[in-house]
Amino acid sequence: MSGSWSHFDHGADIGIEGRGRTLEEAFEEAALALTAVGVSPDAVPAERQMGFSCSAPDRELLLVDWLNEVIYAMSTEGLLFGRYEVRISDDTLTARGWGAEVARVSERPAVEVKGATMTGLQVRREGRQWIARCVVDV
Amino acid sequence: MDISGLEKLSEYCWRLPPTHGMNAPVILYADRSLLEAMDEQVLVQSTNVARLPGIVGASYTMPDGHWGYGFPIGGVAAFDAAAGGVVSAGGVGFDISCGVRTLRLGVSEARVAARADELADALFAAIPAGVGSTGALRLGEAQMDDMLQGGARWAVEQGYGEAADLTFIEEGGCMPDADAGQVSHRAKRRQRDEMGTLGSGNHYLEVQRVAEVLDAEAASAFGLAAGDAVMSIHCGSRGLGHQIGTEYLREMAEAARAFGIALPERELACAPIDSDVGRRYLGAMAAGVNCALANRQIVTHLARHALSEVLPGAEAALLYDVSHNTCKLETHRVEGAERRLHVHRKGATRAFPPGHPDLPEAYRGVGQPVLIGGTMGTESYVLAGCEGVMERSFGSACHGAGRRMSRRQANRQWGGTDIVAELHARGIEIRGHSRRGIAEEAPGAYKDVRGVVEAAEAAGLARRVARLEPMICIKG
Repeated sequence: MSGSWSHFDHGADIGIEGRGRTLEEAFEEAALALTAVGVSPDAVPAERQMGFSCSAPDRELLLVDWLNEVIYAMSTEGLLFGRYEVRISDDTLTARGWGAEVARVSERPAVEVKGATMTGLQVRREGRQWIARCVVDV
Repeated sequence: MDISGLEKLSEYCWRLPPTHGMNAPVILYADRSLLEAMDEQVLVQSTNVARLPGIVGASYTMPDGHWGYGFPIGGVAAFDAAAGGVVSAGGVGFDISCGVRTLRLGVSEARVAARADELADALFAAIPAGVGSTGALRLGEAQMDDMLQGGARWAVEQGYGEAADLTFIEEGGCMPDADAGQVSHRAKRRQRDEMGTLGSGNHYLEVQRVAEVLDAEAASAFGLAAGDAVMSIHCGSRGLGHQIGTEYLREMAEAARAFGIALPERELACAPIDSDVGRRYLGAMAAGVNCALANRQIVTHLARHALSEVLPGAEAALLYDVSHNTCKLETHRVEGAERRLHVHRKGATRAFPPGHPDLPEAYRGVGQPVLIGGTMGTESYVLAGCEGVMERSFGSACHGAGRRMSRRQANRQWGGTDIVAELHARGIEIRGHSRRGIAEEAPGAYKDVRGVVEAAEAAGLARRVARLEPMICIKG
């Protein structure tokens, strides 16, 4: 079984969740859930590539930092991403994202994500799966 | 919310006594039905705020309280630096100084109605809105710093609006303690293309009719009469505020541990006011407020231009500009003594009472205008701060209707319907870039704003002055 993403309800904002066989895959799926707050990740062509890196003292803060790196790139470069590849070594994450400028995506994004919060923040293992989740502010 | 543990002080005021490490009680202003409809997490979050060091009075929740991150939305809490009080980035939020301003158009609703379609198109074309939209103004580094120090004053100096506008903005349009030097390069970069943009989500520009006057004296002071047309703008500090929130939340999450502050949840990330990170955040946050004030001033300028093209002679004089997500240093009287307190308002509006020296002279007799956004299909309100509100909630009131339904639920329910056509049939023109975005903001996704403002009035926070109905709504 490969990874998956989903959203969970939060009063004013949106909860995002990624699941995967590895921690890396759960982080990739969580970032796809982030894209899906605005548009379907499948609607984003892979026309541009970007690199990311961040470090944090624990896995949960690493998830927040990773998502905030993606949000920053979305905001400053006007990009949306439809695919991610994540590597995690100790406390450091390196990643690549493939996507396109907002205007090149067939759907208009529903809403802009302002930042990843520490509410509902969890990075944990459940059986054979890793789960990475938090609420993002929109 | 389970209210069985609350003491009922009145029909509209409920109290959770301090227990289990709380440094103050929780006070909730709402009637039973509003309270019971609130998420359980509202009380959990309000209780967590009451555990923070140096809290003064109580951890307050306004009638539109709902589940936020760290602080509840609709949360108000004051802290005393001299008593080890803290400042919390989560207590302000990502969209620093997100707020509302209302302008009197100086024309009748009938004149607007006759050109509503054309005016909606003109406003939609003039004001960048939605995800990825950019403004025409690009700020260099020095200009960016000037904007962050000067706020709406800077915008007026650049030709966006008039000096008279500044009288009707909190702090005269400029937060005095802003420190652009504490705003990161990344935050400034994120703002580079976003000056004069509306944003997305629940942000909007709305042209409204004054449907009903509920307090003739205050309405007269605010220059409102039934049948008038007004315009309300809801937006904030855009990418700059979001990035300041992101960076300081993260820094405070680690700093709190170093200061020995036990956080009930990480999102309450905070630091002593009287600490290096606390002072840096307050300087950066004040700069974020100035960014929001400058942004709303530029959006106002763009809207005025579009308005004058369609309705020559319309004036769009600023009634007032309120901020929702702030932490401000204010003087309050507590148990007979004046104290300087840092008042966090997260999704709450300052609502100073009649006679307060910080109010513009024209409004000092009736109290501060409190602008309450409803939904694009129902109604909004203008309120005025009540006598006694300083003692009840450090001069604070509600800020909006509050969501009844998550975005996901709203999209599921209304994603397949044409809300724009439905509202058009009711005489309301909607313009927006994203069909899904409009579905997520459907009127039915929000609580009944009427119940919220009635509770605010009955609780003695802010009284109703005028009821507004939407005619045109530009969605972000």
